[in-house]
Amino acid sequence: MNKVITGNEAAAYGALLSRPAVVCAYPITPQSRVVELMAEFHSQGLLKGKFINVESEMDAIGYVIGASSGGVRVFTATGSQGLAWMHEGLHWAAGARLPIVMVNVNRPIAAPWNLTSDQSDSLSQRDTGWMQFYCENNQEVIDTVIQTYRVSESIGLPAMVCLDGVYLSYVAESTEIPDQAMVDRYLPPYEPDFPAGKVTANRYKLWDKSAPEPDSYSTDEFFESRYVLHKLQSQCLDAVLRANDEYKEIFGRAYLPVEEYKADDADVVVVCSGSAVGTCRHVINILREQGHKVGLVKLKMFRPFPKELVRKALAGRKKVAVIERDMIPGQGGVFCQEIKWALSAEQRAVPVYGFVSGLGGHDITAKLVEKAILFTLQEEPPEQDVIWLGLPEKRESDEYDKRSIKIY
Amino acid sequence: MNTINAPLKYINEEYVQPPHTACPGCGMPLAMRGLLKALGSKVILVIPPGCGSIIGSYPKRIFRDKGENIPVLSTPLGSAAICAGGLKTALVIRGDTETEVVACVGDGGTYDIGFGGLSAIAERNEDIIYVCYDNELYGNTGAQRSSATPWGARTVTTIPPVAKMENKKDIISIMAAHGIPYLATATIAYPDDLMRKVRKAKDITGFRFLLILTPCVTGWLYRSEFTVEASRLAVETRIFPLLEIENGTHITINKQPEGIPVEEYFKIQGRYRHLTSEEIAEFQGKVDEGWKRLQWSASYGNQA
Ligand SMILES: Cc1ncc(C[n+]2csc(CCOP(=O)(O)OP(=O)(O)O)c2C)c(N)n1
Repeated sequence: MNKVITGNEAAAYGALLSRPAVVCAYPITPQSRVVELMAEFHSQGLLKGKFINVESEMDAIGYVIGASSGGVRVFTATGSQGLAWMHEGLHWAAGARLPIVMVNVNRPIAAPWNLTSDQSDSLSQRDTGWMQFYCENNQEVIDTVIQTYRVSESIGLPAMVCLDGVYLSYVAESTEIPDQAMVDRYLPPYEPDFPAGKVTANRYKLWDKSAPEPDSYSTDEFFESRYVLHKLQSQCLDAVLRANDEYKEIFGRAYLPVEEYKADDADVVVVCSGSAVGTCRHVINILREQGHKVGLVKLKMFRPFPKELVRKALAGRKKVAVIERDMIPGQGGVFCQEIKWALSAEQRAVPVYGFVSGLGGHDITAKLVEKAILFTLQEEPPEQDVIWLGLPEKRESDEYDKRSIKIY
Repeated sequence: MNTINAPLKYINEEYVQPPHTACPGCGMPLAMRGLLKALGSKVILVIPPGCGSIIGSYPKRIFRDKGENIPVLSTPLGSAAICAGGLKTALVIRGDTETEVVACVGDGGTYDIGFGGLSAIAERNEDIIYVCYDNELYGNTGAQRSSATPWGARTVTTIPPVAKMENKKDIISIMAAHGIPYLATATIAYPDDLMRKVRKAKDITGFRFLLILTPCVTGWLYRSEFTVEASRLAVETRIFPLLEIENGTHITINKQPEGIPVEEYFKIQGRYRHLTSEEIAEFQGKVDEGWKRLQWSASYGNQA
């Protein structure tokens, strides 16, 4: 069935079709509609699971930690301040290996207060052990939520499906809502590997499911659990690819963790993630028509970082431009950092241009993307970690300002 | 009306199996012992950081039914009630309606950092038993003040002459105001009373809150043989009333102590040693006032 729905609604439909047994989420702009729609589904009898109105994000994550520990499929959603409020629970869920699926609607974190779009909220949770996927459009949101249950439950790790606040959360697009029977075929009921009446965290040897539960805990176990958490990350990519292939077989749609667009012979590629990818595709089309050998690499999967795929996509290019809507003070863009790390082992250094753009609700326009790509084509690699793309106010006040690169 | 001596069939099973790492003279393992004896082993304990999680699992699991460990879900400090709620929901969805989910949380995890979640679970009347073992301070981190610490008491962060200046938070009234089906207080000096209340809680559906006063040897600074004595004196001085409240209004005071002077209780503890006689009189005044208010509430509630 095709419906014109927003990103928030796509997230809720994805969750509904995945048949979670426990749903709880706390509202926050621009995610609130996800919570409301889940409540509507529940009141209409469409959502068969429990819908719990919780009183904070810490308690939303706590409740799903409890429920997932008891062995049922769960769903929650948040964004921004709410995700920050969950922080302790995020580490907890990953350490306890709970297959929780959460939708995060990306919004800036205060101060200053801002209600628009910024991926810094989830990117700043990158080290919690959660998988992270960033969606380009509403179709991808709904499909990714469903796929992520497959991935998350097969590995036994939590996962975040991220969508840009406002640009996806509030924008309605024609979206194919998968058929429930087909989703049921794709995503069978969740079968925990412990009986009812027990809890997963009780089985402390999480990495070896056949091992008897120990009578005592030791420091060895913590150390080893970290070894295992790290090792599991290497299985995630395979699980994602498998889930994606099977999804394609049933639904005819697929999303690569790292997707190349018109990049085969491109000397310069731009890397982007989230809703701005669409704008980048458009600009690449235009620049290609003008004869520039430019292409695009879309990063959908961010955690675990698909290092090898990124290397394959970027190594050997003349230049790489990263355009992103997030920012770590003193470091610059998060994607840029990780991409530099992925390329650090290359024999021939690939210059990476780090553009930070669209913060606080500014559009990453086609004009800005074009400027960024032309800058990359024409200018020498900058020393600076950040190139400010579309910084609203022109000022020339201090030494830093003079040295920093700004494109208006 | 004295229901305290109601006999409870002696239970031979031991679900708290030493050796454990509680301080010699800690009151909490005694509370856990009574709790589990009355509940039986078809439980999942939900324990956040605190002395409960340490002695419960390090270096050995002590909550056991014969050779088997009783399942324990450990949680973040502020999330015990919430995780317990989620867990219970999951069990019921999976068809297990028998296992009792029991959160065992210190006063820090109850009155302070976990209070929001506790209030929420109570408001939603979720079907768990919540036990607060109240040692009136953060035991595990070294005896710092909590909002359960009594007025005038010394802790490592309320050091005379600036001992605790605020009254103990009235968690009983707060929880009663949630209108929960069952709330009871107990303490280790009265194990029959404690176990009877646990049994009663077990037979009720919905949110059940048990406040168990558990003396802390290193925080209250008494000699380790005075654990039970401290618990008894807290009741005898009317500082800690033994009561039950049903549906938020119907109050039963289980024991009407004669009200011996608070000094008797203070004498065996180091945490009150700095109090002047005026301050002790002030404390006594607070206790007398509180007791009067409790009698009034009990008679008022019971008229309805
Ligand atoms: C979020 C968080 N903050 C602080 C701590 C450190 N911490 C562990 S136990 C504890 C005190 C708990 O006190 P209480 O709940 O009264 O239990 P008790 O230690 O007295 O048994 C604290 C502060 C923690 N584990 N988590």
